[in-house]
Formats: sequence, structure tokens, C-alpha cells
Amino acid sequence: MAEAPGLPDLSARRSRLLGTGDRRGLILSTTSTVVVLAVLAAIFLLAPGSRAVRTTFFNPTDMWRALVGDPKAGYYSVGEALWLNIRMFVMAEILILILALVVAVVRQSTGPVLLPLRVVGTVYVDVARGVPLILVIFAIGFGAPALQLRGVSSQSAAVYGVAALVVSYSAYVSEVYRAGLNSVHRSQVAAARSLGLSGPASMRYVILPQAIRTIIPPLLNDFISLQKDTALVGLLGSIEANKAAELYSDTTFNYSSYTVAAILFLLLTIPLARFTDHLIARDQARRLAGARLWTRATPARPV
Amino acid sequence: MDAGDSGAAGVAAGAGAADAAAALRIERLRKSYGAEEVLRGIDLTVASHEVVCLIGASGSGKSTLLRCVNLLERIDSGAIWLDGQLITGPSVDQNLVRRHIGIVFQSFNLFPHMTVERNVTLAPMKVLGLSRAEASARAADLLDRFGLGEKRSDFPDRLSGGQQQRVAIVRALAMRPRLMLLDEVTSALDPELVADVLDVIRELARSGMTMLIATHEMGFARDIASRVCFLSGGQIIEQAPPEQLFSRPSDERTRRFLRRIVDAGRM
Repeated sequence: MAEAPGLPDLSARRSRLLGTGDRRGLILSTTSTVVVLAVLAAIFLLAPGSRAVRTTFFNPTDMWRALVGDPKAGYYSVGEALWLNIRMFVMAEILILILALVVAVVRQSTGPVLLPLRVVGTVYVDVARGVPLILVIFAIGFGAPALQLRGVSSQSAAVYGVAALVVSYSAYVSEVYRAGLNSVHRSQVAAARSLGLSGPASMRYVILPQAIRTIIPPLLNDFISLQKDTALVGLLGSIEANKAAELYSDTTFNYSSYTVAAILFLLLTIPLARFTDHLIARDQARRLAGARLWTRATPARPV
Repeated sequence: MDAGDSGAAGVAAGAGAADAAAALRIERLRKSYGAEEVLRGIDLTVASHEVVCLIGASGSGKSTLLRCVNLLERIDSGAIWLDGQLITGPSVDQNLVRRHIGIVFQSFNLFPHMTVERNVTLAPMKVLGLSRAEASARAADLLDRFGLGEKRSDFPDRLSGGQQQRVAIVRALAMRPRLMLLDEVTSALDPELVADVLDVIRELARSGMTMLIATHEMGFARDIASRVCFLSGGQIIEQAPPEQLFSRPSDERTRRFLRRIVDAGRM
């Protein structure tokens, strides 16, 4: 199924996927893929404990029962529990985008008046990035209730979990924002300010729109990781997918529920990962086109 | 050719006395980057409708001078007046000052994420508070006038360098500035694109725009300037009407600079 040389688009596509565009390359890559997969399958199937692992981790009956759940038997549906992961993820993501932007802009500020805020921002990023997420979850999940503050101490575990995710991830994401802000050339600031735009207006209309364009791929990358880390909130007792899987295995001594949870997480993260790759590829194509066109009038840029 | 009366603007700038017609007055301006002093006491006056060209080798301080006038660089000492008003004082609203001073950069610096029209209308809308319709009408007039009417909805990366630079000029003009600063606006262009941009500037000069222009194009400076200033080592060595400065320079450093230009075949 190799392409004729007259179809550069198709062959370019295929060569990216398989490493080479001609027929010989296609046969080679197919063969090597089959061989590698066959070897891995053989190792798995021929291992002394293979049968035990298959019944414990990949038992279809247990996988189905874990997926749909059975309240009477004392375990939850992993599928339903995943809904909590999704809600926590969406909530956390929105808050992270806002908080991280504030932190990034504060850290980028130059005015002497804002120095204390810059110090706070720097310390926050250092600490929040340096402490393992699981400790932040414990600190907030067990610390906030112990404070006995009205409104703060009586929230659900999921709320504390989201708070911990926001605290930890905003530090990372603020650094992504900062890299994006720095990637916009200083001459753009000069151009904006020279027209009489104020600092905040320059940021809003000129700098941020350009910065955001460049940081979308790394941002999505962080969010793939955030989707998975919602599973850690189960440590506080929230019945999210991983916790539901744990409860199932506690009652049945079968780990197939974890496999179900893993598959469900993959179904969430893989589309986002593919979408990220797509954006990166599109961005690269654009940059190349832009560089070529720098001094020429001929419009050839794919829009 | 030139709108200003080159004789009146005079060789002896910085004479100090309140010159009612002075659009721009600079006195004893100094600016350092770290230990390196880039501007070492600049005195310069630009009268209304006058076109003053700054010439000199790279690093002589031309660009820095323009950036100081636009308040893009903080000055170390000295003072600048725009239309008789001090703009370098401590309580000056820089954004307000910059509304009245347009600057065009060597590297265009158009906003790449906006169409040509949006590049031109952004500041009139967000700074002057014009409605979208008003700003668009203003942009359309200017773009048509400079032969860019058809490029209105294009993004900058689809334009040639010359077109981009003309858009940058239009973007500055849309604020109806009192004074235009042009910082080597043709230096980044392919040779065949230079003429278009220079024509635009000539047209501006004809219409009476007050301009301070840093340039390497000696022929152009001779054509358009009411007065030419030669900068070297952060000082104005000599300033005179172009015919005088180019044919009978009085300072040895000016003579040496011009001889190098001629030897390089650039004049």
C-alpha cells in the first residue's frame, strides 16, 4: 500500500506513522510490529503465573461486575464513580487556569510596589511544585476539617481533593504561562505601549493572545496528567473510579476492577493526547509556513 | 519639497528660549545602559512640520534617542518637551504622552495574531475610545491612501516586508500623532521594497507631518530632511540643512563618516 511519488501528502502522512514511505519499509515495519507483539504476548502467556494473573486481573465477569457495580453486594460501579473524576477534573481545570494566570502575571510584573506579591508568588510556586501531590492532598484533606472553620471545615472529600489539585497544579501551570509570556518578543510590548496602550491593555490584547497560542500543547499535557491524578483524591475517601475499584477488590479479592478503572482512564486521556499531538503538528506547520513567507507576498499559508 | 523652513530651524538648536513653534525640544539628554553611556548630552529642537533626519554609524545612539522620546526608555538626566509640555517629569502620564507620538520600528512589530485592520484599529478603539465603526472608517481611509485597502483582512505574515512596514506606519498614523518617530524603517527590507516605504514617508512630509527619522538612506535624507543631524558616540556632532551637511560638513568626524558611506557606494 505504498504511495505513488505523485501523492506527496499521503506518503508524508504514512512516513510519519511508520518511519518510511516505500513498500519495503511498510513490510518491514509491519513485520517488526507483529514480532514484537508476539514476543510480548508469548512472555505473558508462558509465564508460570500467567493463568493466575489472567483470572485476577482480566476476568471478564469480574470486569463487567466492577463496571456496573452492585450496591447490595457492597461495591460501587467503577463506571459511575468515574463521573466524579470527570467533575473534579473539570472543576480543577477551570480554577487552575485562572489561579495560574494570576500567579504568572504577578511574577512577571516589574513594578516595585508589587515586590511583596512577587515574593509570595515565587515562594508559592517553589513550595507547591516541590511537595508531592499526595502530601498536599493529605494536608488539605485532613488539615482543613481539623481547623473547624465554618464553611471551610465541613466540605466533602472531593472538594478538598479539588483544592489540593488546584494548589499543586497551578504552580506548574503558572510556569507554563510564564514560558508563554516570555516567548512573546519584547518588541511586541514596545509596539503596544508605543501606541498608548496601558500595561494591562497590552497584556490583554497583545501579549496574552499570542502567549496562549504557544502554550496550549504543554497546557493540555499537564491536563492529561491532571485527569489521572484525580484518582489520588480517593485517598480521602471519595468514591471515585480508583476507590470504587479498590472497594470491589476488597470484597471479591479480584483485581479486575483496577483493570476496568485503567481502561476508563485511558478512554479519557487518549483522545486528549491525540488532540494535543494534532495541535502541536498544526503549530509546527504554521511556523514553517510563517518563516518561509517572511519577506514574500505570495500567500501560501494553510489556514 | 520640505515643509519646514530649514533656515529658521537653524543650526544652533538648544538655544533654549521658548520656541513657540517647537514640536519637540530635547535638552542635555543622557542615557546609559549599565556602564555604557549611549547618549551623552543631546540637545535638539524639532519645529512643527519640520523633518529632521538622524544619521550616524550603528551604535551612535540614534535608535536610543528615538526610544527615549517615546518614553520607551527611562532617561538618566535631561528633559524632553512635547509642544512645550515637559514629558519627562515624575508625574507624567506616559500613556497619554505616547498617544501623541507615533513610532515605527525597523522590524515592523505588527501584531501577528490580528488582521491588518485590527492592527490599525486596536489603539484608536482601546486608547482613544473610538467606536468600531469610527476606527474602521479611519483605518480604511489611511489604508486606501497608502495602497493597502485590499490587505485589510489579511494577517501580517501574508504581506511583504514593505507592505508590513506601511501597515506599521498606518497603525501609528491612526492615532493622529503630533510627532512621528521613524527608526530605520527600511533597514530590514529587501532592496526592491524600500522605495514604496520611502514614498509613503515623502507623502507624509508633504502633508506637513513633523518627523524625527533615524536612517541609513543618505539619498533619502538629502531629499526629505529640513535638517540633518550627525550623531557619533552619543552626541550630535553637527546639524545643518542637508545640502550643507552633505556637501560642506564642518566637522572632521562627519567628513570621515560621509566618506565611508560614499566609498561603500551608498551615496
